[in-house]
Amino acid sequence: MTTPLLSIDALHATVADKPILKGLSLTINPGEIHAIMGPNGAGKSTTGYVLGGRPGYEVTGGSVTFAGADLLALEPHERAAAGLFLGFQYPVEIPGVSFVQFLREAANAQRRARGEAELSGGEFLKLARAQAALLKMDMDMLKRPVNVGFSGGEKKRAEMVQMGILDPRLAILDETDSGLDIDALRICGEGINAIMRRPDKAVLLITHYQRLLDYVQPDFVHVLAGGRIIKSGGPELAHQLEREGYEAVAA
Amino acid sequence: MSAAAILAPALPDRRDEAYRYADLAALAPLWPVATETIAVAAGESGQLTLVPPGGNVARHLAITLAAGARFDLRVLNAGQAYGRIAVDVILAAGADFTLGAAQLGGGSEVLEIVTEVRHAEPGATSRQVVRSVLAGRASGTYLGKVAVARGADGTDASQSVRAMLLDRTAQANARPELEIYADDVKCAHGCAVGELDAQGLFYLQSRGLPPAAAKRLMLQAFVAEAFTGAADEASLCDRALAALEVLL
Repeated sequence: MTTPLLSIDALHATVADKPILKGLSLTINPGEIHAIMGPNGAGKSTTGYVLGGRPGYEVTGGSVTFAGADLLALEPHERAAAGLFLGFQYPVEIPGVSFVQFLREAANAQRRARGEAELSGGEFLKLARAQAALLKMDMDMLKRPVNVGFSGGEKKRAEMVQMGILDPRLAILDETDSGLDIDALRICGEGINAIMRRPDKAVLLITHYQRLLDYVQPDFVHVLAGGRIIKSGGPELAHQLEREGYEAVAA
Repeated sequence: MSAAAILAPALPDRRDEAYRYADLAALAPLWPVATETIAVAAGESGQLTLVPPGGNVARHLAITLAAGARFDLRVLNAGQAYGRIAVDVILAAGADFTLGAAQLGGGSEVLEIVTEVRHAEPGATSRQVVRSVLAGRASGTYLGKVAVARGADGTDASQSVRAMLLDRTAQANARPELEIYADDVKCAHGCAVGELDAQGLFYLQSRGLPPAAAKRLMLQAFVAEAFTGAADEASLCDRALAALEVLL
């Protein structure tokens, strides 16, 4: 029997004292791709933020085990070093800090935390260049300040480049498909497959729509409503949702 | 009564606006502060970088720029128990003045930059950028007056003043002031006091940067704005970074 990579058990969480997650349970094994779908306000983004450890997202019950460790006991940067990557729905702009500077520091901070050798400047640039090429992103863009002046689609592609550089074990991708045109959607989808579709890795896609799932075929689809997973199934469930809507399927 | 007693100006008190936030006890032994004059001849340019040593420091510069002269002043006001840099500038026609200053303080340090920039004749430009990072119970002050004389048309003056408070107990004071007696002038001033963007910090941490490293990266970029374009930009940024490390 495989050991789960992520195991969420009866997770409860509040934001500004308002209960959002109300008993969410989910198990993800290595090699699997899961999709969480659900209507607005169901708790999709909250799920991502709680797992990433964002301040203000308070866990009030339940447990989360990631790669054998108590995820909730870790600081956000420790979660990253343990192999968790959170792709943001709205990547944050950071003026004056370039992608290459920040990503090299971040990659090396992770390596130090894991007791691995740091990347030299040359090694890092080689890695960054390869990942940028995979996402068809001009390397010069990575020399610019983090996300500043990037279009919505460029920000999402830059998230995938970061994922490629940081090489996580589990990627939680919050609406990576929103704000993408058709070409960018395909490029991001192919990037996710190239980086994450491995026997030892897993992905949790958080999305509203079926369209990303055409490129990144999930093994499991879950419907999140009212802070809990109310239905799980295979890829066909996403098509049923797209056809019939959340209300009909959730009923 | 001795001549010195008559001539030496009295130590200012808090009613004097330019000394409202000063550490008067620290200032007393330094008083009176000698005025250091700098004159730049027509069409010439000059530059100066001030990085005061530790302890208590008070400086007063009086800079006169003749027609078309340029002067670039950079200040790293950090690590002083009390650090006061006062600068008076007079600009003749078409002269250009740049001030880029960073004030980095922790503990109970008192740091202040007090400027008076007089555009005496037409077509002169001045640009002031002040960035403060304050932790603990430190205070950082910028008092900056831009005075545009009658007839000094075409003046272009800007003041950009921002302060970042790392602790709620730290204090930033900023008072940009304009006195304009000419038409057709451009005087821009912006002023903001805030805390590090929590979303940005979480974003950087979610990629694996420990909190102190994430803060340092953001503050480094913030402070660097004061040194953009300086002749010794890289070394100033390095020294500022070393001073930031102490605050984190």
